[in-house]
Amino acid sequence: MTPRSDGPEELPIRADDDVVRVRQLVRTYAQQVKLSLVDQTKLVTAASELARNTLVYGGGGFARVEIITADGRTGIRASFHDEGPGIPDLSLALADGWSSGKGMGLGLSGARRLVDEFDLDSEVGRGTVVMVVKWKR
Amino acid sequence: MVGEAEHGHRLTELLRSNTDALVAAWVEAVATTLRGRTTGAELERDFRELFTSLLPVASGDGRDLSGHAYAELRSLLGDLSRSRARQNFSPSETASSVFALKRVVFELVNGQDDAELFRQVLSFSTLLDGLGLLTFEAYARAREEIIKEQSEQLLELTTPVVKLWEGVLAVPLVGTLDSARTQVVMEKLLEALVETGSEHAIIDITGVLAVDTQVAQHLLKTVVAARLMGAECTISGIRPQIAQTIVALGIEFGDIATKATLADALRHALRRDGVEVVRKGERGAL
Repeated sequence: MTPRSDGPEELPIRADDDVVRVRQLVRTYAQQVKLSLVDQTKLVTAASELARNTLVYGGGGFARVEIITADGRTGIRASFHDEGPGIPDLSLALADGWSSGKGMGLGLSGARRLVDEFDLDSEVGRGTVVMVVKWKR
Repeated sequence: MVGEAEHGHRLTELLRSNTDALVAAWVEAVATTLRGRTTGAELERDFRELFTSLLPVASGDGRDLSGHAYAELRSLLGDLSRSRARQNFSPSETASSVFALKRVVFELVNGQDDAELFRQVLSFSTLLDGLGLLTFEAYARAREEIIKEQSEQLLELTTPVVKLWEGVLAVPLVGTLDSARTQVVMEKLLEALVETGSEHAIIDITGVLAVDTQVAQHLLKTVVAARLMGAECTISGIRPQIAQTIVALGIEFGDIATKATLADALRHALRRDGVEVVRKGERGAL
């Protein structure tokens, strides 16, 4: 069954302020489907990490947030798109403590642990799309 | 054109000879929509000034509004939009001040059977459209300036360093913790530590909505900096959902003392100083 999407909303990620805006948008959606406070915080934190990755490593891009339903469950899907350099080594990027920049190296791997579904699609030279889903329990 | 060379610009002549009546009609048209928020005298003054600087360019088509000929008009409109933005007028209200002149001019030439004049009015109307858009842009710029000022003020406002006890400082953090704010927080805290000679600092994050790796990194750096100055730092106000998120993210706070509430952190700091808080009765029993 294909998930039914509900009013996807897109936001550009060009500056630090945009990361905050994405976070607020995700929080609004999470509250709308009544995710628990813990799940809200987890999803918002994951979105914060991924939006910052889009900005810092992808050179900017956009985020898309939407409500999805599948198999009688409701959830939030957020995806982060950039047309940056891409990720050459996915398993390395997803390893704890590894960073190509000067962060803690927990953003991508941490974000994966914070959500229910995680999908990373990256092509060197073309860009990266990270998609995460958090289902309402 | 021959006619124009002989009689000058028809519309400009008309506008000039009817200045008083036109400005009055313009003020009246706008005053009804902005009633109560600006006085007729103010509008009269602003519009007369605008109208006077419009006259020399009324024969132009306004295609190149960034040109030298429009410099005075642009600065007048800019000032007008800025003051409107600061007075909380909406952008439509601001731009419609300009558009209102169209109707006034249309009514003036209404009924005159003059094809040349009609063309001139049409091109004047295009000019006013362009000027109206200029006010939109100026308004948006003014609003951005206001927002920027406010966020800078907020940056200062939301990071107070408070003294909780002799030798114990606290920084209650609220909202979003980005690099700029963390820098302000860190500087203020370190300065306050020196000034007051305090040995304990408590960073309270009760008001921080989400702790991601960047926030955590900023917090850790602040704690390390405080330690280098000989002060012990405690992070308090870690709510259940934040704690679970930090664990899932895999952030390690190492040997940094963390407490659930600011009260716990204060008790912790006092204890390290050898201060015990007890009720009166309990002390009596000792």
